Amino acid sequence: MKFFTFLFLLGAILGFNKADAQIDTTLLKRTPKDTSSLQLNMDAVYSRPFLTIGKLPVALGGYVEANWQHLGTDGVTEGHQFQMRRLTLFVASTIYKRIKFLSEIEFEGGTKEINIEFASVDIEFHPLLNLRGGIVMNPIGAFNQNHDGPKWEFVDRPVSATQLLPATWSNVGFGIYGKLYKNNWVYAYEAYLTNGFDDQIISNTENKTFLPASKANEDRFEESFNGVPLITAKTAVRHRLIGELGISYMGGVYNKFQEDGLVFDKKRRLHVFALDFNSTIPITKTWLNTEWAFINVDVPDTYSQQFGRNQIGGFLDIVQPVLRTNILGFERSVVNAAVRLEYVDWNREKFNETGGDIGDDFFAVVPGISWRPTVQTVLRLNYRYNWQRDIFSNPASKTAGFQFGFASYF
Amino acid sequence: MRLLLFGLHALIVCIVLFSCENFEPSAPPDDSLLDGPVEGLSEAENIRFINGDVAFNDEVFIPETGLGPLFVANSCGSCHPGDGKGHPFTTLTRFGQHDDTGNQYEHLGGPQLQNRAIPGYQPESIPAGVKYSKLTPPANTGLGYIDAVSDQDILSWADPDDIDGDGISGVPNWVEMKDYLFARPGTVEVNGKYIGRFGKKGAAYDLLQQTAQAYNQDIGVTSTFEPFDTYTGLEADPEISDQTVQDVVFYLKTLKAPIPRSTQNEEIMAGKLIFNDIGCASCHRPEMKTGPSSIAVLSDKTFYPYTDLLLHDMGPGLDDGYTEGSAKTYEWKTPALWGLGLSKFSQGGGYFLLHDGRARSIEEAILLHGGEGEASRENFQSLSESDKSKLVKFLENL
Repeated sequence: MKFFTFLFLLGAILGFNKADAQIDTTLLKRTPKDTSSLQLNMDAVYSRPFLTIGKLPVALGGYVEANWQHLGTDGVTEGHQFQMRRLTLFVASTIYKRIKFLSEIEFEGGTKEINIEFASVDIEFHPLLNLRGGIVMNPIGAFNQNHDGPKWEFVDRPVSATQLLPATWSNVGFGIYGKLYKNNWVYAYEAYLTNGFDDQIISNTENKTFLPASKANEDRFEESFNGVPLITAKTAVRHRLIGELGISYMGGVYNKFQEDGLVFDKKRRLHVFALDFNSTIPITKTWLNTEWAFINVDVPDTYSQQFGRNQIGGFLDIVQPVLRTNILGFERSVVNAAVRLEYVDWNREKFNETGGDIGDDFFAVVPGISWRPTVQTVLRLNYRYNWQRDIFSNPASKTAGFQFGFASYF
Repeated sequence: MRLLLFGLHALIVCIVLFSCENFEPSAPPDDSLLDGPVEGLSEAENIRFINGDVAFNDEVFIPETGLGPLFVANSCGSCHPGDGKGHPFTTLTRFGQHDDTGNQYEHLGGPQLQNRAIPGYQPESIPAGVKYSKLTPPANTGLGYIDAVSDQDILSWADPDDIDGDGISGVPNWVEMKDYLFARPGTVEVNGKYIGRFGKKGAAYDLLQQTAQAYNQDIGVTSTFEPFDTYTGLEADPEISDQTVQDVVFYLKTLKAPIPRSTQNEEIMAGKLIFNDIGCASCHRPEMKTGPSSIAVLSDKTFYPYTDLLLHDMGPGLDDGYTEGSAKTYEWKTPALWGLGLSKFSQGGGYFLLHDGRARSIEEAILLHGGEGEASRENFQSLSESDKSKLVKFLENL
């Protein structure tokens, strides 16, 4: 509560100052971006534009995403939709030399969902050994940690990141991380023990093994569902010219196998492996970004095959800057052409009854144009076309349409 | 120049805004879909249809909302994708009854096997040596029309002693009526039993019984209609409202009848003549009429289901040793053939035909006919390949 009061007061101070319009603008300063070293996906939470206010030891920031869309599925459309996807507020503070704090509070769909996505204290003992504790974002893949809307050229988040992996997925826990720089290389690792998933992943109205279902369990911020920590670990390497490659793992027990000493079931585990890679082709400045996840869940044999044991999915974004010029007074604006290719298979099993493949898969192609009047703001026009099949692989339902929106740090 | 660029972009945005639907997938042709309401529903009926549609196709049960503990499927749509025929994945298995004296294995989980269970529970198994039938979930098309056929019409098609000597008898399945059902006006009662018309054996009197039992036996959901939990056998609080069950019943009653894709194709027209010539139409009656219905648009309508709603001896090859109501183990209700050609679009690209999905093609289904269907099968076998092809095209067009 005190935290929110503090936040409100800061907001009020800022708002008052803005309304005044006679403010000494030197009071508000942008925290300069750290360009001294190679940045990795794991740095995304701190690599954001912050505003500092005078000598206040707190930096503030956030971003906002809103859009219009008109999508239709097999001839049926919900018409014009205007959506306030999310408003996110950051508060960062250097508590003492190498001790810092950052929090990220997100309002999604208006106030339908309010989540503390990140709220942790980092203590640096050594560049190779930092302790992080609090609400942390599990470093599975790249998108989960590097998900800010203004960084992406697409209105929708990747389906593989939100409907296969549970981005944004955060939990209470502790962990360590560190980085090592050597010439043009940087190596990094992260490892956390946190609360984790619950049995909603195989018991949900999505009718599929669905890791994001556990996001509905808000109790995970105060107690573990089964007392077994979720392990998340990632290692990444980046070369200044080649790009960044990340390999990550997340695993643990998802079911409540016992309570009050009474055994309900055996421990059932899930394992998630993810690979991510991003690079910029030097000559064309084409940016490539991809992430693929492989999921294995121990689903009881006697349960329904509707809930798959093995899943796979990922996306590839290709972004090509096509114009860097002054547009409407924005001196360094950039126009990009982009395309996203997406694939998710929620069930890679075969039917016990027929031996045939189980469908439940999804493909999408999303071409788009984006305009960045500044680095921190993006306007984007996407055309989405996706195909989704049911578990029987019946003819796919097709969804397509335009989306237009903006995302901006503030 | 910049102003021009700006104007161009504004124009593009306007074009996108006002012509978006041209860039979206168009609706599949109406005759390629099984779902959708009958024409002429009132606005109030449209609302009930949508409510039933959502409950039937969108509602997925989880343990917290009533799934199981023992179940076969976790939603209506799992068994009837797109309101079409089901896939072997959700085939039902029933056991424990071999004559009209009722099910002898209700104490051991009969009549229906719940072959799946939520975590922590063990599903049922069929007691050793007990015979069973596997039943592929049927399509839901046009059920309201079938519900509105009069008992008198059904009885007029029956010929239990084969008086006309065509080798086809046909009898109704006489079943006991559940205490929560209301008899249709003009319904026929014989010795406290009524004509069943839904289900592979025709053991369900109406769609309320079919729906309430499906929620209970297939999904493990109790209702005021079927209040007994399939795991404990004890009466339980209802896990679904009467209103939802009734909305689903209304939805099933008002689903449209399948629309033949082509009516003028010569091969298909020839196939229809062959269908009649070789005797298929003796059981698969092309045309019926509804009587009065509480849903105005279903009253006094002619429709084309290709069934007679009667039980027929289908021979030893299709005798599983299990039955329901007064049907014999070798008797099966003539399945409606309308929508047959669309089955593969709900069954994963191939056919799973006959009561248990054993036939992987229309030809194979015909060749598995025995008993009263034997003569027609032999007539089919003696057709030229060309005529067989025309017949199959006609059936696929239904």
